[in-house]
Amino acid sequence: MAEVLTKKEAGAFSFGKEEKKLLTDPLNDNNPITVQVLGVCSALAVTTLVSKAIVMGIAVIFVTALANLFTSLLRNYIPKSIRMIVQLVIIAFLVTVVELALKAVNYPIWKDLSVFIGLIITNCIVMGRLEAFAMANKPWKSFLDGIGNGVGYAIILVMVAVVRELFGKGSLLDFKIIGSTPEYLLNTTSTAWLSWYSPNNLLVLSPAAMFIVAIIIWIQRSRNAKLVDIS
Amino acid sequence: MHSTSYIIRFTLIMTLIVAAVLSIMVSGLKDTHTLNESVYNKKGILSAVANQLGKDVNSLTSEEVQTIFEKQIIQKALNNKGEELTPEQIKSITGASSVVDIDLGKENKKPADQRVFPLFVYKSADNKTYNILYTRGKGLWDEIWGYITLDSDLNTIAGQAFDHKGETPGLGAEIKDNKAWYTQFTGKKLYNQAGEYKSVAVVKGGVKDKDHQVDAISGATITGDGVDDMLNKGLAYYEPYLKKNKK
Repeated sequence: MAEVLTKKEAGAFSFGKEEKKLLTDPLNDNNPITVQVLGVCSALAVTTLVSKAIVMGIAVIFVTALANLFTSLLRNYIPKSIRMIVQLVIIAFLVTVVELALKAVNYPIWKDLSVFIGLIITNCIVMGRLEAFAMANKPWKSFLDGIGNGVGYAIILVMVAVVRELFGKGSLLDFKIIGSTPEYLLNTTSTAWLSWYSPNNLLVLSPAAMFIVAIIIWIQRSRNAKLVDIS
Repeated sequence: MHSTSYIIRFTLIMTLIVAAVLSIMVSGLKDTHTLNESVYNKKGILSAVANQLGKDVNSLTSEEVQTIFEKQIIQKALNNKGEELTPEQIKSITGASSVVDIDLGKENKKPADQRVFPLFVYKSADNKTYNILYTRGKGLWDEIWGYITLDSDLNTIAGQAFDHKGETPGLGAEIKDNKAWYTQFTGKKLYNQAGEYKSVAVVKGGVKDKDHQVDAISGATITGDGVDDMLNKGLAYYEPYLKKNKK
């Protein structure tokens, strides 16, 4: 697709202040989950285990980055009347690639994530960035914006998953930390001062993800002056 | 504005490129996918003899899984009279080319006298024989299934592994994830002392019959009932075979 790049665009692989902002903005000030409140559905569903959240995060980073790049490369050639369909084909294509690759590389994780990899197609973050950013910006910037938004999504996912797995199941990345049998690092039955502790099963259930995302949003808003609504 | 013919050309070319790349990928990765799937299913079966293996099933490589299956596991398929079927019969009745591929969900929908049941016989390193029975049923949202390992007396349960398609994490999914729950089955018995088939029931409010009951998971009533029903009906199909082979 090299011929699609005009001369001006080809020389634009610089990394200045503006590009840095594209990468870091979605991590905090414009986070897709906590500020734009997009892609919450999968954030609730795949955060029971940290390993799942990490794989899902990587998949979304891959899709947002490349979908942004392809859409931006084609932006002057996509007929306006079918632009949504074209964007959807690009997203669906990339998601299918991710799914086929994951099924070949790590079958059990693919089985665990099952329908949620496929549901990246309907993840509002991807479509939202294509419409709002990639259709109007150059490929390099769009690519960075895609990475930034993907990472912003992944970070929140992993944060929620850490809380849910640690306090819900007593483990992190399947490494057993706190529980009532000898296989755990901290055995609550043999350690007297911990005998009151038991893993909170509520955190494994979906509503817990809602509380945790809400608490993260609350903390972020109380600390970040830019996000305070002036009304 | 683009002309209609441009739009049609654009769509056609885009569709062709996407279709070509995806079909190359699918056919290129097909062998890996089938291998992964069969190793995954075989690991599911081996989880039921995890105690006898003395290893964590998840840590086994795909080669190790294949070797165990070749050397220590005999695969059989039974009809409802407890007779063993030949590979040709299996193929013609179920359409599956090997015992592992038999779709028990499909078999369960057939009339009782036409069903085929897979049976895996595991020979441990110390030369003991364990029969792994396979049963499938319905949970709350979708299918659930289990492998039950019987000790050499063909009565006592020596190991078990449950799995599910889409039970709720933290509730129904505990049948697979909660070790404290599923290890309750180890040591339970299928037959009572009079030799009658009793199966193992999942009950609420405490176990009264030590040999034939396990405690249910709170919050997962329907999945628990599903396990109960699946064991009661599914293991009964193996009765003719178990009776024949009991000494």
